[in-house]
Amino acid sequence: MKALTIAAGLSTLASVAMAETPVLTIYTYDSFVAEWGPGPAVEAAFEETCDCDLQFVSVGDGAEILARLRLEGARSPADIALGLDTNLTAAASETGLFAPAQIDTPALDLPIAWNDDTFIPFDWGWFAFVYDKENVPEPPSSFEDLIASDHSLLIQDPRSSTPGLGLLLWMKSVYGDEAADAWARLNPQIVTVTKGWTEAYGMFLEGEADMVLSYTTSPAYHLIAEDDDSKSAAAFDEGNYLQIEVAAKLASSDQPDLADDFLEFMLSDAFQALIPETNWMYPAVTPEGGLPEGFETLAKPDTSLLYLGDEAREMRDEALAEWLAASAR
Amino acid sequence: MARSLGPLSRADVTGAAALALVLALVLGTLVAVTLRAEAAAGLGPADWAAIRFTLVQATLSAALSVALAVPVARALARRRFPGRSVLITLLGAPFILPVIVAVLGLIAVFGRAGIFSTALGWLGLEPISIYGFHGVVIAHVFFNLPLATRLILQGWLAMPAERFRLAASLGFAPADIARTLERPMLRQVLPGAFLVIFLLCLTSFAVALTLGGGPGATTIELAIYQAFRFDFDLGKAALLALVQVGVAGAAAIIALRVSLPEGSGAGLDRAVTRWDAATPLLRIQDAALIGLAALFLILPLAMIARDGLPTLLHLPASVGWAALRSLAVALASAALTLALALPIAALAQHRRSKLAEGIGTLTIAASPLVIGTGLFILLFPFVDPSRLALPVTALVNAVMALPFALRALMPALSQVEADFGQLADGLGMTGWARLRHLWLPRLRRPLGFATGLAAALSMGDLGVVAMFAAPDEGTLPLTLYRLMAAYRMDLAAGAALVLLALSLALFWIFDRGGRLDADA
Amino acid sequence: MLTLDHVLVQWGDWKLRADFRIERGARVAVLGPSGAGKSTLLAAIAGFQPLAAGRVLWDGADITPLPPASRPVSILFQDNNLFPHLTAAQNVGLGLRPDLRLDKAQHIAVEEALDRVGLEGLAARKPGQLSGGQAARVALARALLRRKPLMLLDEPFGALGPALRVEMLALVAEIVRETGATLLTVSHEPADAKALADGVILVADGAAHPPVPTSEIFADPPEALRDYLGQPG
Repeated sequence: MKALTIAAGLSTLASVAMAETPVLTIYTYDSFVAEWGPGPAVEAAFEETCDCDLQFVSVGDGAEILARLRLEGARSPADIALGLDTNLTAAASETGLFAPAQIDTPALDLPIAWNDDTFIPFDWGWFAFVYDKENVPEPPSSFEDLIASDHSLLIQDPRSSTPGLGLLLWMKSVYGDEAADAWARLNPQIVTVTKGWTEAYGMFLEGEADMVLSYTTSPAYHLIAEDDDSKSAAAFDEGNYLQIEVAAKLASSDQPDLADDFLEFMLSDAFQALIPETNWMYPAVTPEGGLPEGFETLAKPDTSLLYLGDEAREMRDEALAEWLAASAR
Repeated sequence: MARSLGPLSRADVTGAAALALVLALVLGTLVAVTLRAEAAAGLGPADWAAIRFTLVQATLSAALSVALAVPVARALARRRFPGRSVLITLLGAPFILPVIVAVLGLIAVFGRAGIFSTALGWLGLEPISIYGFHGVVIAHVFFNLPLATRLILQGWLAMPAERFRLAASLGFAPADIARTLERPMLRQVLPGAFLVIFLLCLTSFAVALTLGGGPGATTIELAIYQAFRFDFDLGKAALLALVQVGVAGAAAIIALRVSLPEGSGAGLDRAVTRWDAATPLLRIQDAALIGLAALFLILPLAMIARDGLPTLLHLPASVGWAALRSLAVALASAALTLALALPIAALAQHRRSKLAEGIGTLTIAASPLVIGTGLFILLFPFVDPSRLALPVTALVNAVMALPFALRALMPALSQVEADFGQLADGLGMTGWARLRHLWLPRLRRPLGFATGLAAALSMGDLGVVAMFAAPDEGTLPLTLYRLMAAYRMDLAAGAALVLLALSLALFWIFDRGGRLDADA
Repeated sequence: MLTLDHVLVQWGDWKLRADFRIERGARVAVLGPSGAGKSTLLAAIAGFQPLAAGRVLWDGADITPLPPASRPVSILFQDNNLFPHLTAAQNVGLGLRPDLRLDKAQHIAVEEALDRVGLEGLAARKPGQLSGGQAARVALARALLRRKPLMLLDEPFGALGPALRVEMLALVAEIVRETGATLLTVSHEPADAKALADGVILVADGAAHPPVPTSEIFADPPEALRDYLGQPG
């Protein structure tokens, strides 16, 4: 008990000392804050203008950020959650933990219209099957093409991985009630289902399969950072499923104005220009200097597919049950 | 014996305290998660399927690992050859690697584009597929055969040299040795080894899923992860975790019932000379066994080294710092493991309590996800959990390593007490004096093994306890994952090699320290 | 004076009763057939064997509740009298302090005890580097140093050759004389008993009989001893 009192005393002292510089606490996913992610540069750039201390707290992935916020409830020290995506926004808004951003949102360069003023997009990408051009000289241009081919595939488990869930909803949006049947026809080509993107992509690079579920922007990394143009992503005629990554302010934030400042900063050039070559995604607002050289070579689907809000969640459970039934041997 | 009837000693109290801490971590966190749940939970058909799959694969994996380990351990026990100690150290390797590194190493050998399939291709044969139920079992055998070999080898080494001398004087053939000496020893050692590996496979998640080829390979741990991450159903997560601990408890009871009581006979620790195994046929058989096991073990590790070497010198400085942080966590975790294991082992020995040992073993089956979440719920009202990421990691790692430490320590401790307990009692060696002058010197081998294993296990742990923020300046495995997540697979391969080398070095140093001067 | 007051040791059907006294400074041999309970009798006195009934007293004080180390007893077992990982000097030093934190005077005492039993210069050896006779001398040096009033020998020299055993028993006799200790020694050899002991406790048929002077008992052995000795009645 004494130790607790002392600890409480110390933290009071600490907060008095820190009172002059407000602290903005942002929960985000792990790879965002990594040395090679956008985090360090974002932190430096925002602290230059805000006269504050920006602290990133990395919590697994988007789903784990939400789980942690639900556990913490209104007592959460977080001011902003950065890195939820469109599959999570319905559940997130239902918790009542988030508040609308008080900012002037600039025009967003998203493939779809965006009307949510609580969850603000910061980047986006299309899910796609990535392949090596040498192994797959004639890439499939639709799911039917893919099923007709004998290309082997690596995918991720929708229960543990964001792209995995993306593929599940992608198939559902293309096939509707026929999705279970489509899975049954696709399954023989699936080499294995991994826990996360990292495992699948690592195995793909080891040559374990012809194609891996990833993003249309993945080849940009190999092209720009490794000067390797052998990788490409397949755009499908029926469209590719979208992932939009969003940030939102916590209703319980003790720095609501600072949080709004950050969300505004997030849509400015200083932040957005970092995204393409750190997160390897499309920025939500194309920076003034345009996209880095190499992005113009990327596959661009004509159609974008996306379930939003409640629809995403309803589809999710149905599609998961179908996939499990079709895939569990 | 008089001692077991005596009043509670200070050592007993220490042991009980260590046990209470372990129980609080395993069951207390479970309760915390249950109480925090928003709705009561039940198990659906998918959950039952996961439980079934988990049981079948864990049983088969453990049985196969142990069955294959017996001849390998026997071959290692009765042969001396250059590189033997290096090989024994390498036996610890697969088990302490982060899952992703080990899986990629395995795939580089047995995968579709692996050297095995490539070699088959030259012979005009179809490549093999490692994915499916057999893949799960192969991977688990790769992870656990070496560990099983080490545990069983420990049993062989604990047999006094005098017995083999006696056997030689009686003209025992290998079959006689097996019947008279080795089978009783195996009866003692095998159930424990089987149990440990069964429990390890029980909580397998990423390995089972990745090599299982699809959602059919859903284990209980994956179902827990799903309940937690996908459905945010804490009640179900806790319920599944309880099932997992229950299965583990049942397995522990069966294993401890089957195993014979330890003990009997002292011997001076002179080098074991085996007069029985000198026939050419047995030499060839042992050489083949050791060679095959070494190949199965070393090839994937060699692939990790091959992939990592090119970038080893180009690694960013942050990898070095991450390695230092991981070393610190690993050493702290190893110290904690011993601080928990010795009192619990003493309590189990002193009070003749299989229960204490059983509880100490159960921690393998605890879900790290539920422990992490429960700890978070318990700590959040008082402290900022983000600051505790590294200490909590060390603690959870220590608790996870506890069963291995107990497995290694318990038989040796029983032997020490059987041989020298009366002498020490007669001389009044209790508490610290007994620890310092009897246990520590007599337990050097198992202590070295346990410390090395605990340190290496912690080194390879991802270092993210669920819900506790990953430190910005991460541990080495976390840095490795971050490199992969940022597409830098080549640098990640270099970091994996550093991790492999450091884990093995830690293991080797402690294990070696335990075996030096072991006659003493 | 050692008193065994209606002592009963019981393992299932197996029983051993003892009810007698041994005078201070006596040297008593414990004889009897294998399995009769000779070692058990010593273990009961030393505190390793819980009693089903009765008391053990030393000079009138009840020592039954005391743990082995607190009893006025030094005991040498058939084997494992030395820790193989400690040097001869350390093994002896344990007799002074179980935590081995010896001061200078105690170190000297250890040296002297080793010298006394004829082990000059071997203090740093570990048991593995000593002969059987030398190891037995180390154990005796420790008993010498502990100066406990009761010395119990549970056939510690059983593995030694006849000449060596005689030598050891002579050393024991000297030590007992120097320390004034009361000696109980289990033996298989009537000759040992005759040479060393002034009394004999016969353990047979579920009882440890009160000590009888050595000369008397061998002059007119009771039936149980005759059976054991294999002598015609």
